[in-house]
Amino acid sequence: MSLQTVKFYQTGTFTVGNRLLAPEERSVQANMQRTNSLNSGHRACQGCGEALGARYAIDAAMIASKGQLIAANATGCLEVFSTPYPETSWQIPWIHSLFGNAAAVATGIAAAIKVKRQKGQGGDVRVVAQGGDGGTTDIGFGCLSGMFERNDDVLYICYDNGGYMNTGVQRSSATPSAARTATTMPLGPEPGNPFGQGKFVPAIAMAHEIPYVATATVADLRDLEYKVTKAMGIRGARYIQILVPCPLGWGAASQDTILLARLAKETGIFPVFEAEFGEVKSALPIRRPQPVEEYLKLQKRFAHLFGKNPAVATIARIQAQADKNIRRYGLQARKGDH
Amino acid sequence: MDKPFAITLNPGSSLANHTGSWRTSRPVYLDRLPPCNSQCPAGEDIQGWLFHAESGGYEAAWRHLTRDNPFPAIMGRVCYHSCEAACNRGKIDEAVGINSVERFLGDEAVKQGWKLAPPERESGKKVLIVGAGPSGMSAAYHLRKLGHAVTVMDAGPYMGGMMRFGIPKYRLPREVLDAEMQRIVDLGVTVKLNSKVDNILDEMKQGGFDAAFLAVGAHIGKRAMIPSGDAARIVDAISVLRSMEGEDKPLLGRRVVVYGGGNTAIDVARTVKRMGAEPIIVYRRTRDKAPAHDFEIEEALQEGVMVKWLSTIKQAGDKEITIEKMALDDKGFPQPTGEFETLEADSVVLALGQDVDLGLLNGVPGLEVTDGVVKVAPNMMTGHAGIFAGGDMVPAERNVTVAVGHGKKAAKNIDAWLSGQTYAPPPKHEVAQFEKLNPWYYADAPKTVRPMLDIIRRQSTFEEVQGGLDETTALFEARRCLSCGNCFECDNCYGVCPDNAVIKLGPGKRFQFNYDYCKGCGMCVAECPCGAIKMEAEEI
Ligand SMILES: Cc1cc2nc3c(=O)[nH]c(=O)nc-3n(C[C@H](O)[C@H](O)[C@H](O)COP(=O)(O)OP(=O)(O)OC[C@H]3O[C@@H](n4cnc5c(N)ncnc54)[C@H](O)[C@@H]3O)c2cc1C
Ligand SMILES: Cc1ncc(C[n+]2csc(CCOP(=O)(O)OP(=O)(O)O)c2C)c(N)n1
Ligand code: SF4
Ligand code: SF4
Ligand SMILES: [Mg+2]
Repeated sequence: MSLQTVKFYQTGTFTVGNRLLAPEERSVQANMQRTNSLNSGHRACQGCGEALGARYAIDAAMIASKGQLIAANATGCLEVFSTPYPETSWQIPWIHSLFGNAAAVATGIAAAIKVKRQKGQGGDVRVVAQGGDGGTTDIGFGCLSGMFERNDDVLYICYDNGGYMNTGVQRSSATPSAARTATTMPLGPEPGNPFGQGKFVPAIAMAHEIPYVATATVADLRDLEYKVTKAMGIRGARYIQILVPCPLGWGAASQDTILLARLAKETGIFPVFEAEFGEVKSALPIRRPQPVEEYLKLQKRFAHLFGKNPAVATIARIQAQADKNIRRYGLQARKGDH
Repeated sequence: MDKPFAITLNPGSSLANHTGSWRTSRPVYLDRLPPCNSQCPAGEDIQGWLFHAESGGYEAAWRHLTRDNPFPAIMGRVCYHSCEAACNRGKIDEAVGINSVERFLGDEAVKQGWKLAPPERESGKKVLIVGAGPSGMSAAYHLRKLGHAVTVMDAGPYMGGMMRFGIPKYRLPREVLDAEMQRIVDLGVTVKLNSKVDNILDEMKQGGFDAAFLAVGAHIGKRAMIPSGDAARIVDAISVLRSMEGEDKPLLGRRVVVYGGGNTAIDVARTVKRMGAEPIIVYRRTRDKAPAHDFEIEEALQEGVMVKWLSTIKQAGDKEITIEKMALDDKGFPQPTGEFETLEADSVVLALGQDVDLGLLNGVPGLEVTDGVVKVAPNMMTGHAGIFAGGDMVPAERNVTVAVGHGKKAAKNIDAWLSGQTYAPPPKHEVAQFEKLNPWYYADAPKTVRPMLDIIRRQSTFEEVQGGLDETTALFEARRCLSCGNCFECDNCYGVCPDNAVIKLGPGKRFQFNYDYCKGCGMCVAECPCGAIKMEAEEI
């Protein structure tokens, strides 16, 4: 499937399926035979965005690789909730080694597959590495940068929930400014995660000039599937960062997971775009522009910004970050976008 | 032990872990009542028939629609479509053009010659219907479908009642009316025209009828006391409109004053305009207080009909009339100002409302008549057992759709009554309010506007003013429906569940929850576009 705007068919391509579309135009998730890579019975929290994002991404990768896929997984919620010994929720070959080495493990698998193919053993097996934002942007960053720099044939997927959720919501370098975590408490003159720290790894990945970098959220399934499919069609190092809201760590209602991902995109807080060889190629435009408060106020990690004396100046700084994203990635709402 | 190093257990599946036990509330599928359906006076399942139309299944849509209302082509022209005012899409952009799709389906049925299904069995009971207007013919349809032998008697020379002798051709072409009336006759309904019923009890006895439904409408034009000279020509609007259907067209002169502010006043003014006269409406209150629909006033003004708001007729003479200016008081009632004006007038047409001719009910015991209309119980039965009534002759809003709804409701109750039972309508689902929807998912799509006849032809001919949609625009319009409260198989629940706890049953079969694994997060409920899932507390 490709990212195309369907001429008005009641819901266009916003919904998962659409009975008015030809079956081949529907999403992977609409299919009764989807892999369900991450099967029922996993121990993720109610409404876990990471569990959802992983199934979305890996099911699409399974279609794109015709079922020939191996995943290497970093330590983190996704690993812990899916594989308590001896059970597994994974319906694909899957390996866990350490917190910080998923990219290196995947590189090794890719190298082994290459050698086997050269020896005429085994077919075209593709490799995905996946991990949380902590495992990716912090402890696994060295291995990841190496994988990029060597242009290893791996798709690395980072499930960004903005913190070390599995160990009790500590700050990571992907935690947003002002957010409360166990290690950035809402105390003192600048409560929550300090401004001016952290990093946006998609931009760093682009600086490696790798063939493909993209961001996505669990609120835009068709876009997410399109990007995974496109990435799987490319050889070399590829990186996708998916925003996956975490009801527990964000202090949000379990039914609001997709809503929050949507608001992150619609406010400009999380830019959704794709880049090839270091250049931005397209961005998902904002459809219904909203102020950042709409996103922040649904989450207890930002509760200290609201209440009797709202932290107007802090909210304005977050709005400025969003506005900068809108400018930098060209996210302005366009007339005629459905 | 041939397991790898440090491994003692075989790999297992997480399916062994029934996470459903975490749940404190559970999602359940339900059908909510779409606001359009809830509003429709004829009780149409609008969302239901639009669903078929969305995929191009026009005949299925028409069959679904005519379960409740056999006259979609008429409805698509004269119904005031209060459904559209209730439509949830109005809160996103503009209401779905329900009425224009309905007309498309009705016209398509006429074009393709679709026939209504005959009754499956004969009941052996005989029902008399008095009046071949919308209410009587709707009752005839439903009673016939239920297997009863139906005879309709009407005083007039054609079927249709006020739809033929009141509503002008430029809004309802007679071929359309005839086609939908004839379809009822084709079901095996006997219609006797030019057959006035003078005494209902005698008529029932003579014909051996087991029950009767009365729908004689309201045809007597109300008069007003206007001091007038002998030569003044004062007529009532209903007679003028009625005479349009016959050979002798009314002679009203050039300057025609129409007195009243309702739909009839507008129709009569627009009619005389088309006959080459210069109509001027005189109404005692303001435009926003007039009972006529604003779009009708607008269309009349476009066609060159003049209006004197806040005016009453004081005196009518042979070539002119005197009007007095009115002013609204604090309560919004018009009060005389003592300021007068004369208007040139060859005739005055009174359009002040209609009364019911209850002559056929003389001597019927048990009836209760209040304010000139016959009281009916919630089952549409009058105070006299076995005689039911509906439409304009009972206390209700007076329009075609209400009349059709009465006919259907009466038919169901007559059917039950004939077998000594009482009809219990199925319980209504809760209404799918806008707050229950997730409007994000619907693509932007502005309403399709129906074409209007050009103004010159609107001033001089009786050609139909409003055009219909064609296939593509009708399909587009149908697809604007949000399917409020009713699953349209968008696969959202199946997609968004982080626990794969939704089972997709396949096209047309909807979905099922797998409560072994559903953790009760509520995401499926939040992301269901149309509000067809709700959370229910789990009994713990
Ligand atoms: C000018 C005008 C325009 C209108 N425009 C609209 C519109 O655009 N949309 C809308 O929804 N409504 C409109 N209405 C209202 C609508 O026409 C009526 O509400 C509706 O027709 C009532 O239906 P009914 O079946 O109760 O009676 P009617 O349609 O009045 O039919 C009653 C029938 O009973 C017959 N009858 C009466 N007495 C006897 C008897 N003793 N024996 C045998 N037969 C008898 C009559 O001949 C007549 O055919 C309009 C009304 C008028 C006057
Ligand atoms: C070297 C090492 N340090 C610390 C840990 C403990 N640990 C396990 S998961 C985790 C946090 C994971 O955070 P992230 O990668 O963002 O994934 P999430 O759980 O948020 O999905 C930590 C700190 C570990 N397993 N290994
Ligand atoms: S959107 Fe469709 S179902 Fe909802 S009120 Fe409008 S026509 Fe009815
Ligand atoms: S999304 Fe899944 S887990 Fe959540 S309530 Fe619905 S069925 Fe249950
Ligand atoms: Mg994390």
